[in-house]
Amino acid sequence: MHELGIVFHMIDTLEEVGRDNGLTSIAKVTLNLGEVSGVLPDYLLDCWRWAADRSDLLRGAELDIEKIDAVTVCNACGRTYATLAHGKTCPHCGSNDTVLLRGNEAEIDTIEGW
Amino acid sequence: MDRIKVIEVKEDVLANNDRAAQALRERLHDQGTLLVNLMSSPGSGKTTLLSATLDALRDELSIGVMEADVDSDVDAYTVQGHGAKAVQLHTGGMCHLDAAMTEQGLRELGTDELDLVFLENVGNLICPAEFDTGAAKKVMILSTPEGHDKPLKYPLMFEVSDLVIVSKMDVAPYFDFDLEQFEKNVRMRNPHATILPVSAKTGEGMDAWYEWLRESVASWKH
Repeated sequence: MHELGIVFHMIDTLEEVGRDNGLTSIAKVTLNLGEVSGVLPDYLLDCWRWAADRSDLLRGAELDIEKIDAVTVCNACGRTYATLAHGKTCPHCGSNDTVLLRGNEAEIDTIEGW
Repeated sequence: MDRIKVIEVKEDVLANNDRAAQALRERLHDQGTLLVNLMSSPGSGKTTLLSATLDALRDELSIGVMEADVDSDVDAYTVQGHGAKAVQLHTGGMCHLDAAMTEQGLRELGTDELDLVFLENVGNLICPAEFDTGAAKKVMILSTPEGHDKPLKYPLMFEVSDLVIVSKMDVAPYFDFDLEQFEKNVRMRNPHATILPVSAKTGEGMDAWYEWLRESVASWKH
């Protein structure tokens, strides 16, 4: 359940951004969430609803999660593959010399408010 | 209603924790206190390892311990019995510690005179790996009964650790623990981690751990 901890940190950041931009209410927050970020969207949404409704700035705010597929590149053969299906080992050539290209993100993209 | 504004934030969800952790790390560096974040599953032998470490090093280093658990204070009592200044932190249901909770614990502990502080994180191989506490070094302990396949199942924990301690080596044969395979599994995730097999019970490998601590404390003070 690290989702609740993550939501608390998100809310701190959002309250700071809201203050800096003179917002009194935030209606929508868009989050880029990678497939292998270790954050579960369903849990995150549950925690978000509970915690956001306790903030004056964020009461009722919608959390829109944009999921990002995880892709790994192989340094040995140069090809890419779906991380979730094959993990650390390249399905094309069997090498373990591979690097995650994307899919690890957990980033607040934009907010909408007034 | 006012006009709706769209603001681009583009910030990691844990960015504010990362900033707080970095500030804490710099402050501890200035005062020469090495904070070590100890992470593992429940029952890996963290408290036993710590007790032996306090017995061995308390005459040469001034050591503090922060014990984090969801509840209870049994661990803080145990390590206090071994001569360390100790505080118990309760996470109130949370599965990990973050920089703010760590800072609060350090305030309670009082770190001015301390060379070394152990933060015994909540027993869990997932969440503690995600949150920077402000520690200078991350150490994870894997006990041999847990199996040599754990780096494959909990990759992030092994990726972020500076040192991997393999505890309970005295019972490794009973659990078919393959140290060579374990090292391969760790290396695949983290080529730079130091791996130390130890047994707090027989003393095997403990000198290497103490030496690692002495060197880490000395280099942190420069």
